Amino acid sequence: MVLDRLRARFPADVVSVHSDFGDDTALVRRERIVEILAFLRDDPELLFDFAMDLTGVDYLGEEPRFEVVYHLFSLEKKRRVRIKVRLHEGDPVIDTAVPVWPGIDWYEREAWDMYGIVFRGHPNLKRILMFEGFEGHPLRKDYPKAKRQPTIGPEE
Amino acid sequence: MAEPVDITAKGETPDLQAEPMLINIGPSHPATHATLRFHAKLDGETILDLVPEFGYLHRGFEKESEASTWTQVVPYTDRLNYVSPLMNNVGYAMAVEKLCGIEITERCKYVRVIVSELSRIIDHMVCIGTNMVDLGALTNFWYFWKPREEVYKLIEELCGQRLTTAYTRIGGAMADLPEGWTDRVLAVCRGVIPGCIADVNALLTKNRIFIERTMGAGPITAKDAIALGFTGPCLRAAGVPLDLRKDEPYLVYDRFDFDVPVGEAGDTCDRYMVRMEEMRQSLRIIEQAIAKLPGGPINIDDPRFILPEKALVYENIEALMNHFKFIMEGVKVPAGEVYSATEAANGELGFYIVSRGGGGPYKIKVRPPCFPLFQGIPHLVKGQMIADLIAVLGSVNIIAGELDR
Repeated sequence: MVLDRLRARFPADVVSVHSDFGDDTALVRRERIVEILAFLRDDPELLFDFAMDLTGVDYLGEEPRFEVVYHLFSLEKKRRVRIKVRLHEGDPVIDTAVPVWPGIDWYEREAWDMYGIVFRGHPNLKRILMFEGFEGHPLRKDYPKAKRQPTIGPEE
Repeated sequence: MAEPVDITAKGETPDLQAEPMLINIGPSHPATHATLRFHAKLDGETILDLVPEFGYLHRGFEKESEASTWTQVVPYTDRLNYVSPLMNNVGYAMAVEKLCGIEITERCKYVRVIVSELSRIIDHMVCIGTNMVDLGALTNFWYFWKPREEVYKLIEELCGQRLTTAYTRIGGAMADLPEGWTDRVLAVCRGVIPGCIADVNALLTKNRIFIERTMGAGPITAKDAIALGFTGPCLRAAGVPLDLRKDEPYLVYDRFDFDVPVGEAGDTCDRYMVRMEEMRQSLRIIEQAIAKLPGGPINIDDPRFILPEKALVYENIEALMNHFKFIMEGVKVPAGEVYSATEAANGELGFYIVSRGGGGPYKIKVRPPCFPLFQGIPHLVKGQMIADLIAVLGSVNIIAGELDR
């Protein structure tokens, strides 16, 4: 139902949909992501007013390599949907969803910190869990688990 | 909300400092409870701006999980919300079971409800108790520590550990309930907890000092709370009756009779009231769950997911091989992705899991309930007094273990 409506509204932007394990999922193109998210929030049939989660996934070896995953929840309809966007390794950039849900701010910062995904237009895109000066993005699959970095010392 | 005071306009002495003052609170400060840090911009005692910072307890839960088997992740989940670890165990196990298409046994569903609700009670007790310590009401802390200790004794009996429980397994639990355990749970739920809740209630709920201190401290409207992604008691205190136990019933919550308390103003007082009532409702659920607790096995009957019995491992070659493969390679989980959410003590605890068919997860993302709550703190306290920050922070109940992962 959700997926049909999304497809009808954005026929060119929805790449594929599935409902495996009962989770409605749509893979969309990144160009109109903010429009799509705003539609999901505002459409009277959908009303996804909660942005519950956002994360990145690194499919190293595949192209496009990165995936941004949004989990939305509708308080009124008691429904969930997952929106996914694939991003190429050389250009991991997507528009920010902060204008749609202010609460998604820190999730985007975390996805930047952990995967190096750039959210264009984000008001304060800096590291959140790791410290400034940390090199690399630790949840990328090519970041070794055992790698150690010097923690920040007193500033010179 | 109080407006920032312009002290120069009042004709005060001109040498009084009129510029905003920047101060640092935390990360190691008794009132921040965990390793949280704030950069505050103050005008006198009024908060003009506040920037929260965290990550001091980040230990790479997600990275570590990617190098573990599915079962090895269970102990890591204890360390998320370490005040109610059993609920994390349940949330994680449910997510993996959703991916495997496992329907756990009736008995296990009831047991998971009972341990979750016990955890909810002690989580709320810690939250209210420590919040009151920050506000100078130490007695309530001790009133709540006594029943909490009793519940910890029950948990220790259940799984051998007080804090790092690691109780659930994919498809069941580590062990069935000990003999007579439910009777002892009922004795605590009837004989100890209600009395302590009543004591705290008598000390606080109609106490003028408490009410004036907490009413209006850190309010939020329902609309703002939704936009910021608040869930759990903090959202319900703002008047939104979202409780996944009612709205997306999991386990067997739809079979119990309980109410979802909501507040109005979303302030510290309402958050306290909601938590107090939720503890009473949890007691109701435990009573009903124990009354209906069915017999039968706690684990599903499926050798792909459940370890063979130890006695068999010693004398049967298939069981020995099974045990070895199980431990070394892990449970085989089909490829796919799921998001599974439960109503933890602080709000929605979500697990987004990606499997590529191996013995361990390809990706685990935890959606900790604290994360959006901590993000919303500046919204709650801007324009208020610096002392209110302490009251609000305690009532929002930030647990660094799940915030930083």
